[in-house]
Parts: sequence; C-alpha cells; structure tokens
Amino acid sequence: MKRSITRLLMAPSVILLLAWMIVPLSMTIYFSTINYNLLYPGRNNFVGWMNFEFFITDPGFWIAISNTLILLISVLVITVVLGVALSALIDKPFYGRNVVRVLLISPFFIMPTVNALIWKNMMMNPVYGIFAWISQTLGFEPIDWLSDYPLMSVIIMVSWQWLPFAILVFVTALQSQDTEQKEAAQMDGANGWHIFRYLTIPHLARPIAVVVMIETIFLLAVFAEIYVSTGGGPGYDSTNLAYLIYNQALLQYDVGVASAGGLFAVILANIVAFFLIRAVGKNLTV
Amino acid sequence: MAYLNITDLQKHYDNYHALRGINLAINEGEFIVFVGPSGCGKSTLLRTIAGLESSTGGTIELDGRDITELSSSKRDLAMVFQSYALYPHMTVAENLSFALRLAKEEQSVIDEKVKSVSASLQLDKLLERKPRELSGGQRQRVAIGRAIVRQPKVFLFDEPLSNLDAALRVQMRLELARLHKKLGTTMIYVTHDQVEAMTLADRVVILNAGQIEQVGTPLELYRSPNSRFVAEFIGTPKMNLIELDNVVRENDTLHLQLLNASIDFPVSRTHGPLPDKIIMGIRPEHMHLVETGGDLVGKVELIEHLGSEAYTHIRLSNDQTIIVKAPARTSIKDGEQVHIQVDRNEVILFNDNNRVFSVIAEDASHD
Amino acid sequence: MTLTQQRKLKTLLVGLASWTVALLLFFPIFWMFITSFKTELQAISVPPQLFFEPTFENFSIVQERSDYLKHAWNSVVTSFGATLLALIIAIPAAYSMAFFPGKKTKDILLWMLSTKMLPAVGVLVPIYILSRDYGLLDSKLGLVIIFTLMNLPIIVWMLFSYFKDLPKEILEAARMDGATPWDEMVRVVLPLSVGGIASTGLLSIVLCWNEAFWSLNLTASEAAPLTAMIASYSSPEGLFWAKLSAASTLACAPIVIFGWFCQKQLVQGLTFGAVK
Repeated sequence: MKRSITRLLMAPSVILLLAWMIVPLSMTIYFSTINYNLLYPGRNNFVGWMNFEFFITDPGFWIAISNTLILLISVLVITVVLGVALSALIDKPFYGRNVVRVLLISPFFIMPTVNALIWKNMMMNPVYGIFAWISQTLGFEPIDWLSDYPLMSVIIMVSWQWLPFAILVFVTALQSQDTEQKEAAQMDGANGWHIFRYLTIPHLARPIAVVVMIETIFLLAVFAEIYVSTGGGPGYDSTNLAYLIYNQALLQYDVGVASAGGLFAVILANIVAFFLIRAVGKNLTV
Repeated sequence: MAYLNITDLQKHYDNYHALRGINLAINEGEFIVFVGPSGCGKSTLLRTIAGLESSTGGTIELDGRDITELSSSKRDLAMVFQSYALYPHMTVAENLSFALRLAKEEQSVIDEKVKSVSASLQLDKLLERKPRELSGGQRQRVAIGRAIVRQPKVFLFDEPLSNLDAALRVQMRLELARLHKKLGTTMIYVTHDQVEAMTLADRVVILNAGQIEQVGTPLELYRSPNSRFVAEFIGTPKMNLIELDNVVRENDTLHLQLLNASIDFPVSRTHGPLPDKIIMGIRPEHMHLVETGGDLVGKVELIEHLGSEAYTHIRLSNDQTIIVKAPARTSIKDGEQVHIQVDRNEVILFNDNNRVFSVIAEDASHD
Repeated sequence: MTLTQQRKLKTLLVGLASWTVALLLFFPIFWMFITSFKTELQAISVPPQLFFEPTFENFSIVQERSDYLKHAWNSVVTSFGATLLALIIAIPAAYSMAFFPGKKTKDILLWMLSTKMLPAVGVLVPIYILSRDYGLLDSKLGLVIIFTLMNLPIIVWMLFSYFKDLPKEILEAARMDGATPWDEMVRVVLPLSVGGIASTGLLSIVLCWNEAFWSLNLTASEAAPLTAMIASYSSPEGLFWAKLSAASTLACAPIVIFGWFCQKQLVQGLTFGAVK
C-alpha cells in the first residue's frame, strides 16, 4: 500500500494525541511562569521561577515525592509477588476453580472511590470496622489505620484493586507454558520449586514487564483513593504529588503554583517512563 | 519467447541478499518445482513472483506483459499457501467465491464456477462448512479450489503439502499431478521435499543461497548434476562422494586410484584442464556387491532393510564410508568383509570447486 | 500413602488455599453488598452482623437523595460513547501499523504509550480552563472527549497486538484474491478480530466507568458519573454506612456483573498481547 494512505489512517490518532499532549502541556508551562490565582483575577504578571520555588519549598513537596514513589514501588512489589504466587496456586485444577477466578477478578471492577469508601469505613474504622473487631476478638488494641498508618492504608487499598489485574495476566500466561517442558524437567528430577524458579519465572518475564508498565501508568496518578479516604492527611502523611497539586489548584486556587507542580509531576513521570519504556520496550515485540 | 520470463531478479533485505540474480524462462503449461534447502530463497522467489515481496532489481514478464511493479491482484496469478490461509470466518463456498465477489462478477457466474470447481474437488457436500470443521486434506482442497476458481495464468504453490500427514501427502500429490494434466495451466511449486519435486515436475529448479544451481528435468538432474550440491541434494540415499588417492593420466585414459583399485575413465568424457583434487561421485545403485574381485574392499557396518531393497553402509580401509544398494534378500551380515564393483559408466567427477567436469556416458542412457 | 492419594490430597489443599484467598479478597465486596441491606444501626453493630432481616429502604433513599439513575446514565453514556469513539479512531491506526509497518512504527507506538505516562495532574489546570472556556465543564461531551483521549493509546496498542497476531498468509491470500486495502480491513481483518476488538472495548468501558480523576474535577451535579456521585458520600458528617453501601453497590454492580460475564474476553484484552 502507498505510504500516504498508511499515514492517513494513522493521522487521527497521532494528531489527537499530539494535541492532547502539547496543548495542555504548553499551557501548563506558561501558567507556571506567571502569577495566576483564580481568587485574584487580572494580576497575571510574569514571575519567572517563583512558582517553582514556592512549590519546592512547600513543606509537603519532598514528602509528596517520596510518598508517590513509596506507593508506586510498594504496590508493584505486592501485586507482582502475590500475583505470581496466587496465579501459580490456581494454575492447577481444583473444585470450583472458575468461581475462584471470578471472585479474584472482582476487585478490579470496583471503582476507586467505592474502594476507598469500603476500606475506610467498613474495614479500617477503629470502632466499628471489621479489622477493629478482629483485633478486639483476638485481644489486641484496635488500630486506627487511617490516622496512624495513612500511607500504608492507601497502599493496601490500591494493591487490593490491582492484584486481580496481575493475577489475571499471570494466570493467562501460565496456561501458555509448555507442559512438555515441565514434564521433561520432572523426568530430570526437578521438584515443584525448581520448576517454578527455573521455568515458570523466566516464562513470566514478559507478562511481568507488561504488568509493571501498565500499573506504573496508573499508580503514578493515584488520586481518588486518597481524595476519598485520608484527604492526604494527617498532615502530608498520605499526600502524593497528584494530590498535592490538586490541593494547590482547586483548593487554594493558585493555578501558577499548581502548574509548576504539574511540571514536576510530568518530569517525575518522564524519568520513570524513560527507564520503564526502555526496559519494557525491549520485552515487547512490535 | 517464454510464457513467464524472469530476468536478473534481485531481492535485498536490510542485511541479507536473498535473491542474487535469478534468470529463468518458464513455458506455458509447464509444471515447475523450486526446490532447495531452507533459506535458499525458493519461497522468496515465489513470493516475489506473486508480488507479495517487492523485488529490488530485475524484471518479471508474464505472457508478454511486464508485471514487476504490478500489485499481486493484478498479476493474474493464484497462490496456495502452506497454511492454506483459508478465511476462517467464511464458509467453503464463500472462501471459493471471495475473489469473484471482489471482482464484482455476476452472482449467476459465481454460482456456476463455485459449483463446477467444488464438484471437481469433491467439495460439493462441504460448501456450507467453515474451515475449522474440515479435515486437513479438505482444507487443502478448498485452498486449491480457491485458486482454480480464478482461472489464473499461473498457479503458485508454497509448500502446500507440508502440513499433511504422510499418507495424505502422497494422495494429494497424485491429485495435484492429475489436476495439472486436466487444466494444463502453468504451475510453480515450492517444496523442500525432493520426492515431490521429482514426481511432480516437468522441470526442477534447484536453488542454493539465492542463486539457481541447476534447472532441468528430474532425470537430467539425477543423472547429470552439474555440481556437487545438486548431486547430493537429489537422490536418497545420497550419492557417494569419494576422495580419490590419486589421478594419473595416461594418453586417453584417467586412472582413478583409490586404495588398491584403479578405475579407468576416458579423457573424452571430461572437459577443461585436470584439477588438482578430484572427487568421485557414484550413486548407491551403481555399485554392486560381488563374491570376489571387484574394485574395492570394505567392512559392512550396518544394513538398512527397506523390504524392496537393502542399503549396506560400508567402511573402506581408509575410513571413508560409502552406501551400496543390495538386493532385498541379501545374506550379508554386519561386520562381514565385502567386495564392491563400481559401474564405470555412472561415475561422475567433481573438481575442487565442487563443479562437475565429466560428461555423462552416452551408452549408459539405456537404464 | 499411595501416589494417587498424595495427588488427591495435594489437589484438596490447593483448592482449600485458593478458596481461602479468593474469599478473603472478595470479602470487602461481599460486606459492602450485605451492608446495603441493613439498617444504619445494624451496619455499625459490634460484633458485625452476618444474619439479619434485609431491608430495601437504602436503595430508594439513595435514588431520592442523589438521583442514582441520572448518574448511572451519565456513566453509561460516557463510557460507551468514549469507547466507541476511541475504537473508531484507533482501528485504522492500529491496522496501518500492524500490516504496513514502517521504520518508525515502533517509535510511534512507544510514544503513544508514553503520552499515557503524562500525569493527569500535570495538565489538570489547562484542561479545566479549556473545558470552562468551551463550555464543556460538567458536560457529558467533555468527559467523552477526555476519556477517548485518555484511553486511545492503550486501545491502539491492544488492537495493534491483536492485528499483529492474525496469520499473515490470510491477508496475503486476500491480496492475491484482489482485495484492496479497504476490502482487506473490512472483509477480512475486522471479522477475524471481532474477539480482540470486543475485549479491547470491554477494557476501555471498565476503565472509563471507574475513572475518577477527571470525573471528580470536571463535573458537578449535571454530568457527574457514578464515581463522582459516590465521592459525595465520603463527607464525614455522621456514619451512614448502609446508605453508603447501597450507593456503592448500585454504582459497582453494573460493571462488576458486566465484567463477570465478559471475563474471558477481558482476560485476553488485559494481557496486552504479552501472552500468546
């Protein structure tokens, strides 16, 4: 086919995504250099690096950065490790496997706002929550999860949401594993652990790459869970970059500073993306 | 002027020269088989003729028309693929009629053609089935039928039988031969199976490393290969290739010396200067086990009984092994010492470039 | 113990372990579901009550208080609308990249995926302002546009993986049969990838339905989909868990049930061509 037709077919997607990327981004860059507060309209003078200075010196800035990364890495580790283990567990046939699959996949369909509400209230509430009741039944003091371990609470919620995704991908991948290869290993005297370590894990390399990539895209942008459950608090303890910027923009109406923060988020994402896409890109055949 | 003319055809991939100047003239109605080891360029050549790959040099002419730059669909060719490539979402009838429907033929014409083709291929009871409900042989016939319906100038086959089991393969091979007789259309057929090549072809094209090694009728290739490559490629078991100890020229005769034997070879049956190193080629059926005398002596290592004949693997005293065809009920045992007589008329000589420099003996053409 | 008995025991243990994990992970959803049938008092009783007289009162209260049906309709319109639009835009692009790849194809694909890496907060303000200026704030059309762009890279990528997996020879056969590129796409590629397109669409619908960032920030009462409606229940004024659960159940039930039914196709889609 002619090159021109090929280009024509790709054009809508490419142009839209280019616009989606460039227009808002250049506006963000522009806003980040001016004084722009929605509460005080009309005073949009150029301020240079001031917004950036203001954002970096915000007491929450470094906490938010580290929270963002802790959240990302913790959830990745939890979902990949548990995902591999659980998918290996349900890979063998047993009674009611299909129902188990349906149960396991379900949290993926729960919207983040509902997810946060269920966990915040019915699971983690220090007085009426299920966790509190279990602690008391076992004779321990109930834990006030959201106040005492806010970031961990968010990690639990987000992991619960993304674990099904990992399990599903891995289960599908395991089904495509060569049974003859496993049987050959058995004949060679390999036990279950050997097979898992030397055959299954290498077989899962590509699916793991995909899970890490897709989850990273979504985890860097975790917002609703924090918004609904901890509100970023107490203090900045569970504030990530996304939530910090939101705070600046829509709660304090300071568009200039929020834009500067947005650029930080973009830079952080690009650093992560740079390494990730390079690592994963190799693993994905195009 | 031939029907299909290929002139200096070249195909470069990024770092790979797949076709290195192919020249080939094919006559109307011929059954041509491309054969060669994997990676020799036979499929690339076929796909370039089909227009599925673009050439990077040279021309292809069909029936007096230059088709080098035409798109596949405008070349008047039909192709049968290795995986059959049936449209899985269409019934057999829809598969057969797809090309006609694309060409916007009238429905009555389409129905007529589908009917006659399906009848001739015994597909008439399967017309409403989907490909996944067919057996391998039936799928194969649909793929062939899809090509026939279009009444192309040339049929192209890309290893069409390689996905079938052995019994079905023999049957389909016969059907293809019959089909060619009936239609009389030019066919080009790619295979790596030399039996298919020998049984089906009017002429065989042997490819090696992107070049044509030799073109000829199956018997020509078998009897007078022009290179060691062709000699080894055609024939099962392979032609024996024996390194000679020495070659002495005496007037009009070459004495081919090997161990204790000296085989006389008339100089008139050679061309060109005498090379330094000479390899003697001789097929297993052109050596005979004899009680006493003979040219060579060796020890039997292994006997393969095929029922109709037996192949004896013999180790000579200089450690070279050769294969000699023996009668089916031979009484020879492993480890036995045997005498071997070489059929002089069938000896072929190769020079140090692995090219033949001998001429086939005229009086040997009776068998 | 014989080998057969050992194997049976192993299967039993594996089954037991799997069921335990599955029930634990499913528990929060189960608890939300049954809490929605409790009275407010039963909902916060300690110890938690598993058996009680179910009431349907909460559901009617939710409908009255926050007009569930309106928000559900918003969710349906935005997720199906955006998915359809994205598929229409993505199919030609994926088709062209899968079957007529150029030297830059891989780069374009990775670039598309990298736009997905662009954090939404980074462009929240401009998008908010643009939406406001073009009257798309708190409108379904605005959300559809955003959702379409948001999911476009993933949809292109997934369709690309599907198309890439179609046997090449079938397309070559079509080409030999005289199919134009258009015929090829419409009469061969699309019918053959119905499954792939469906699972891509399903995943896109799920992602749109559960999208919260833009829904929360760009909509108010009019166009708010269910995710935003639910957030309004997070206000700390008193504990209305039963009503909260009823609202959550209503918000999640459609997509969870949808997901259960489409599980098989969705799994295919979720693996992004990483698993053959």
